[in-house]
Amino acid sequence: MGVGIEVRGLNAWYGKNLALKSIDMTVAANHVTAVIGPSGCGKSTFVRCLNRMHETIPEARAEGLVKVGEMEVYGDGTDPVEIRRRIGMVFQKPNPFPTMSIYDNVAAGLRLNGFRNRKQMDELVERSLKLAALWDEVKDMLHKKSGASLSGGQQQRLCIARSLAVEPEVLLMDEPASALDPISTSKIEELIFQLKQHYTVVIVTHNMQQAARVAEFTGFFLMGSLIEYDKTEKIFTTPADKRTEDYITGRFG
Amino acid sequence: MRSRFQQGLDELKEKLLRMGGLAEQAIDRAAEAYRTRDAKYCQMVFTGENDINQAEREIDELALDLLAMQQPMAVDLRFIMAVVKINADLERVGDQAVNIAQRVLDLISEPEVPLPVDIPRMAASVTTMVQRALESFLDGKAEIAEAVLQMDNVVDRMKDEAFVVLVQKMMSDPQVTRAALNVLLIARNLERIADHATNISEDVIFWVRGADVRHGGAHYRS
Repeated sequence: MGVGIEVRGLNAWYGKNLALKSIDMTVAANHVTAVIGPSGCGKSTFVRCLNRMHETIPEARAEGLVKVGEMEVYGDGTDPVEIRRRIGMVFQKPNPFPTMSIYDNVAAGLRLNGFRNRKQMDELVERSLKLAALWDEVKDMLHKKSGASLSGGQQQRLCIARSLAVEPEVLLMDEPASALDPISTSKIEELIFQLKQHYTVVIVTHNMQQAARVAEFTGFFLMGSLIEYDKTEKIFTTPADKRTEDYITGRFG
Repeated sequence: MRSRFQQGLDELKEKLLRMGGLAEQAIDRAAEAYRTRDAKYCQMVFTGENDINQAEREIDELALDLLAMQQPMAVDLRFIMAVVKINADLERVGDQAVNIAQRVLDLISEPEVPLPVDIPRMAASVTTMVQRALESFLDGKAEIAEAVLQMDNVVDRMKDEAFVVLVQKMMSDPQVTRAALNVLLIARNLERIADHATNISEDVIFWVRGADVRHGGAHYRS
């Protein structure tokens, strides 16, 4: 099951540049939360802080409270590897391991985590591919075809299956459908909607219609600040802040 | 893209205001027909209805295009939704004016009967309501729309009073029943137009403030 996320006073820097300014946000468990805002507003930085991916960039750092369930992401002694197992991430461009088979792509995370039981691994690979709505399309070629042989939409669902295989509680998605055609996009969106039964999903998107379609809650970021955070239908019909309204109606800037 | 969208919104507003003008004109002509007992004005109402119906179709079409092509959000979405609803109300105003004109034709087919109901005064109140509702739409002023909501009670009272006195009149003098019934129906048509003005005002408040004030409350999304 998914867990909630509690963010309090989160600041993030790139060198001396403050990219996130004292963000407070509570992400509901087993819901889809969208993060929107113009380029450079800090939305990707924000989700990358949730699983400590931000600090993998040279000179980037973050401070503040991020609690995922009971786990303090920035707590002393919290293992970043464990964090990233519990908080999966899917990126804009599908990035399967190109030469690995479909099966091995999904099993890669399990193997990295020391998983060896073949029967259980088979079950987990199947379960993950089913959850990612890819199983029916690839079940007959799990070992025969490589990750790179799939279409873009299938590759993205393969990456989602890979993230799900290690049984995370939270799934972060950074523009997961922006490189896909409309049919693949709608499959991913439908999938996101299904996934919330098992996971907490946070999605960064430039596409406001996509946020409106998939998310129950939406946060609007601007220049490193969280301007407004509310139910999606409220944000897209009657936002409280003029800046939110200007952005989502295209009057920004 | 946005400026093209803005042009579309401006065009929609202009078309709706023009339609509002036609609807106002229809009420004026229907009231004038009653006042002067001149069938010429009734004919003008009937002819004018075609223009109102045509305007309704054009506005719906443009609104649908903007929804499909521009996927508006927030204030723009509320605006288009308000326009679509106001459009339907204005078309119904046109229909009510036609109903009044038909009643007037029936009235003037017989000798004039003095009745204790001031239809021109009621028509003037209703016209003011429609004008003010359209003014609130033109300027995006929710305060004006709120004032229109208050005026609806006055018109309702006028209709109720007309009902009482006309029923009394019909009972005391059955000869005037046909004329009294026509006037009663006209009062009801006017009261309906006031209801449409009320709806228009509520739609303006929704567009401007995002608050649903229908059915006597102020409902904001939680």
